[in-house]
Amino acid sequence: MDNNKSWIDQRFPLTKVWNEHLAEYYTPRNFNFWYFFGSLAMLVLVMQIVTGIFLTMHFKPDATNAFASVEYIMRDVDWGWLIRYLHSTGASAFFIVIYLHMYRGLLYGSYKAPRELIWILGMVLYIALMAEAFMGYVLPWGQMSYWGAQVIISLFGSVPFIGPDLLVWILGDYAVGDPALNRFFSLHVIALPLILVVLVFLHIVALHTVGSNNPDGVEIKKNKDKDGIPKDGIPFHPYYSVKDIVGVVVFLMIFSAVVFFAPAMNGYFLEHANFVEANPLKTPDHIAPLWYLTPFYSVLRAIPPMFGSQFPGVVGMFAALLILLALPWLDRSKVKSIRYRSWPYKVALGIFVISFIVLGWLGMQPVTELNALLARIFTAAYFGFFILMPWFTSIGKTKEVPARVTE
Amino acid sequence: MKKLLKTTLSVLAGLTLSLNTLASAGAELDHANTDINDQNSLQNGAKLFMNYCSGCHSISFMRYNRIGKDLGISDAAVEKNLMFNGEKIGDKITSSMSEKGAVQWFGTTPPDLSLVSRSKGVDWIYTYLRSFYKDESRPFGVNNKILINASMPDVLWGLKQTKSAEDFDQDVRDVTNFLDYVGEPAKLIRVDLGYKVMGFLFVLFILSYLLKKEYWKDVKYGKWRAKD
Repeated sequence: MDNNKSWIDQRFPLTKVWNEHLAEYYTPRNFNFWYFFGSLAMLVLVMQIVTGIFLTMHFKPDATNAFASVEYIMRDVDWGWLIRYLHSTGASAFFIVIYLHMYRGLLYGSYKAPRELIWILGMVLYIALMAEAFMGYVLPWGQMSYWGAQVIISLFGSVPFIGPDLLVWILGDYAVGDPALNRFFSLHVIALPLILVVLVFLHIVALHTVGSNNPDGVEIKKNKDKDGIPKDGIPFHPYYSVKDIVGVVVFLMIFSAVVFFAPAMNGYFLEHANFVEANPLKTPDHIAPLWYLTPFYSVLRAIPPMFGSQFPGVVGMFAALLILLALPWLDRSKVKSIRYRSWPYKVALGIFVISFIVLGWLGMQPVTELNALLARIFTAAYFGFFILMPWFTSIGKTKEVPARVTE
Repeated sequence: MKKLLKTTLSVLAGLTLSLNTLASAGAELDHANTDINDQNSLQNGAKLFMNYCSGCHSISFMRYNRIGKDLGISDAAVEKNLMFNGEKIGDKITSSMSEKGAVQWFGTTPPDLSLVSRSKGVDWIYTYLRSFYKDESRPFGVNNKILINASMPDVLWGLKQTKSAEDFDQDVRDVTNFLDYVGEPAKLIRVDLGYKVMGFLFVLFILSYLLKKEYWKDVKYGKWRAKD
């Protein structure tokens, strides 16, 4: 064994990589519940890729056959139904895990110096994941696949001057149809997954360069022993690898409960209307994107057309995403963790979380006068969180941050 | 921290609650109370479907022999009781009505019912089939309370005349149950398999938790620590 190791090590830095990233990667000892979601996101990514490989073997990216091929997978392919449910539930699970992972960042200031780049890579990952999920949802070619795509893609048509040409260029046709299905399939199974995997790699390399933050927001690298090991650090492997396994099993229990007992989640994970094949001549009464995209859909609908163009709404929707990238520079607070923050930040974060959830809920509802008003109020609150952040993070009294992590 | 978690959870709980109330606020449907594990009900539903529905409606994602296999009916019995037009046992179940004829007779093609239980739900099917009423202004002399101006005649009218209300409801329930199965044949094994998977994961949880606890003794009692 040792011989083998040295043979490989002479040719490839196996032991070095193992030590740097696992056995001698020192991680703060005080991680709590919120720190499970990074490794869970990785688990879901792998699961989506593996189940996706098998689905690709049987799926037909063709407007006349796509819907039937999904039902073929559900009925005639051995265990096809399970693979399909794992994949469709995995998509929603991915967003639940990612939203909790991002929320952890907000709670403990994980985006603050020196971790700005980790946050930015993560946000680009999030945007790529939304594109990946959106295109994946088009593939089964049900009514919601078709009309959801029609609504979202038509947004590009509102871009001034180049809109109509851009739309045709994206769709390869004048409406969503076979060419769009084919290219979304291509992007969904190869282009975006490649981008996701590369970004995850970069996200982790950046993380391991600066080290993990923790619930106290204390930099453990400031207190090292004589061997240069952080006093509050423990090796990632075996301590956090065994801890993450517990997290994985608990996650799988919740995940399996959905897959086996409620795979459609009453229309939230697989919409009822998507069990009807796409029909370009029959618009459904109510078109709603899947839940993980609805907060941004709400922002889009909240902003009224100006000068006869929907473009301001589109700008608003993308601004709602891109403003997240600026977070590390908007936060002026001296402390990272919510444990030591001043009260204005706690209040603002609470309002932000509520706005995001309410916007998500509104995005699934039909537009009424009240809903439109609520969407505007909560869109303002959403943007207010970022725009006012330099102010509310610099007022109020923060608590003193301890030198070492607390138990 | 705990407080924050609690607030978040209660907000989420409140939201789900309001979502559920809103989701059910549509038409008032009767509860179908179907039981997919009731094989007699499924068999009766299959028989009724093939006799009363399959003349016009396809269930084209479903094969004859799959129904036989799943509902405990031999191929010979399927051929004798459920197949009327000389199909092969592995064929998909399609109606023999021509599209042109359908448009002429009903003004529209009767929809494929493979997935109707998934798009409309079992309660809708159960209520719909029991909601026909006399309306001379309609081509077939009947209308429907939950699908207004439905193009479909009341095909179960004859059945309704020969049975008690209770037995008729049971027959409709059986057809609904059968369509629920047709919508997702995997449902027959999915839930049972789910319990086994959960059992396995529960054992794995105990083992993984004990493993974690064992390792973390080092951290708790200072066996692993940086040198001061």
